[in-house]
Amino acid sequence: MSEIWSMVARRLALGLVTLFVISVLIFSATELLPGDMAQAILGQSATPETVAAFRRELGLDLPAHTRYLNWLAGALQGDFGTSLANKRPISDLIGMRLGNTLFLALYAAAIAVPLSLALGVLVALFRNSVFDRTVNAIALTSISFPEFFVAYILIVYLAQTGLFPSMTRISADTSFGEMLYRAFLPALTLTLVVTAHMMRMTRAAIINLLASPYIEMARLKGMKPMRIILHHALPNALAPIINVVALNLAYLITGVVVVEVVFVYPGLGQLMVDSVAKRDFPVVQAVALIFAAAYVLLNLLADVLSTLSNPRLIHRR
Amino acid sequence: MDTILQLLGFVLVIFAALALGWLFRWVATRVTPHETAKALRTAPLTASFGMLVILIYVVVALLAPLVAPFGEREVVGGEFLPWEAPYYLGTDSLGRDMLTRLVYGARNTVGIAFVTTALAFLLGSILGLLAATVGGWPDQGLSRAVDVLMAIPALIFSLLLLTIFGTSIVTLILVIAVIDATRVFRLARSVAMNIVVMDYVEAAKLRGEGLLRLIVREILPNAAAPLVAEFGLRFCFVFLAISALSFLGLGIQPPTADWGSMVRENATLITFGDVTPLLPAGAIALLTVAVNFVVDWMLHRASGLKE
Repeated sequence: MSEIWSMVARRLALGLVTLFVISVLIFSATELLPGDMAQAILGQSATPETVAAFRRELGLDLPAHTRYLNWLAGALQGDFGTSLANKRPISDLIGMRLGNTLFLALYAAAIAVPLSLALGVLVALFRNSVFDRTVNAIALTSISFPEFFVAYILIVYLAQTGLFPSMTRISADTSFGEMLYRAFLPALTLTLVVTAHMMRMTRAAIINLLASPYIEMARLKGMKPMRIILHHALPNALAPIINVVALNLAYLITGVVVVEVVFVYPGLGQLMVDSVAKRDFPVVQAVALIFAAAYVLLNLLADVLSTLSNPRLIHRR
Repeated sequence: MDTILQLLGFVLVIFAALALGWLFRWVATRVTPHETAKALRTAPLTASFGMLVILIYVVVALLAPLVAPFGEREVVGGEFLPWEAPYYLGTDSLGRDMLTRLVYGARNTVGIAFVTTALAFLLGSILGLLAATVGGWPDQGLSRAVDVLMAIPALIFSLLLLTIFGTSIVTLILVIAVIDATRVFRLARSVAMNIVVMDYVEAAKLRGEGLLRLIVREILPNAAAPLVAEFGLRFCFVFLAISALSFLGLGIQPPTADWGSMVRENATLITFGDVTPLLPAGAIALLTVAVNFVVDWMLHRASGLKE
């Protein structure tokens, strides 16, 4: 047992290192600018005095490592500095939106994960049947659709009839049930985008196992196919399934960007897109850091969970 | 009643697509040389349909000025005109002909995606093969650098880089190509790793073959099949990524005709129940589906799997 925990500790340490490297990368991205941030914002026509004053205001006259440490210390306490576009503290801009984005991603995950697992098991059970082929063809097709295509199709079919709102208006005092209703279309779009992949991987993981001798044995005992899959194949297929679920949840993080823009959903993705267009570096850095951290944490979680579900994985390499 | 009709139409479209695929395969097996024809005959209908679609896209993209009824940036009439001759698909938010923009979009969007993928492939596979062949610290260095770059989600990373370098077509191509090259590197390296340890490579090394010859003559031929299939898959990803960025207004900039930004510019029409903005989105979807079908078949052939 202690071996597992030391493995978990090692993974956590590795995750921390990754996070640190990512934060350095995101921070130093602005160093790639020709000239520096002050010059890029003020443009070519600015006088040297204005640039120098602005540089002081942004703290650009300090050496890079001091600025990085200040930035990181601030970020860890939830203070990302101020936006260049409207001079408001970035934490104010992010605060509510972070919750909204998390809500949307969790909402989509709550539909997508059970749905894709159930479909994956069913398709593995009826493999090579018409049902299997149809579901597979639909899955392959929906993987290839751009998110905004799916979103607009849903709007045409479900929002035009007045069933659901095509724009998501959410404020602080919206009740939970109302939020579920208003965010239904964005969540459904994300669900459709990620379900296909998860389902295909679940099917592949289970079918891979069905050729092993112990399944053959169970079949020869006269066990029902459904019971073989649920009690014998599924527990052993958990590791790859957990991995692909986490990978897709991580994919949800980037998927929300496009979907939020389509549905005018007040989330982090929309904030990021707006800030990129305005070249508002501090906001983009802050949001990128949050997204990247969530991505790393999810991958870490998948790694640990799949190892716990299958201790043999400790000894890989 | 309405939904039943729509369902019927949907089924009809699928059958028509399969029939077209069959027709294409029938024609293709007769006009191509013997070896190709033999391979084509084994193609499933989905893959034949995919090849037909890709062929049509390529032809339209190459002959865009001949196919399109108007000029790419020409304002021909009022804004948001309905589907009537001579504007068969109506006009867009600035009064440009929708059909013309769609045709030029094939050239711009697909062309840029192709160039980006090719660049990513060149970069990724050269570095990957090199890392696997040389080994030691260059391999370690490159692999760790790629690990770090891959730890940030691709879309987020490209948004970050686009903020810094500004949005132009050249930066777009370079940014996406570099990000995508990391994925190609991983695959190329892992494929080459399995080949490098084979006896015949060892023998070639002992014969005194140089690094370049070793990679090009000994390793590349054996690594080509998975890499070609990967090219199709990566093209889909790049194509979708560029479309998504253009849709967000951060990719290919107007007035260049491009499918992603066309959806964005005309999206208001959807709230009035007009499906015109779905056409460019559908064009993107159709091409990715087609490429995926073909890649699926090629992977099947390459792996020799008969499930």
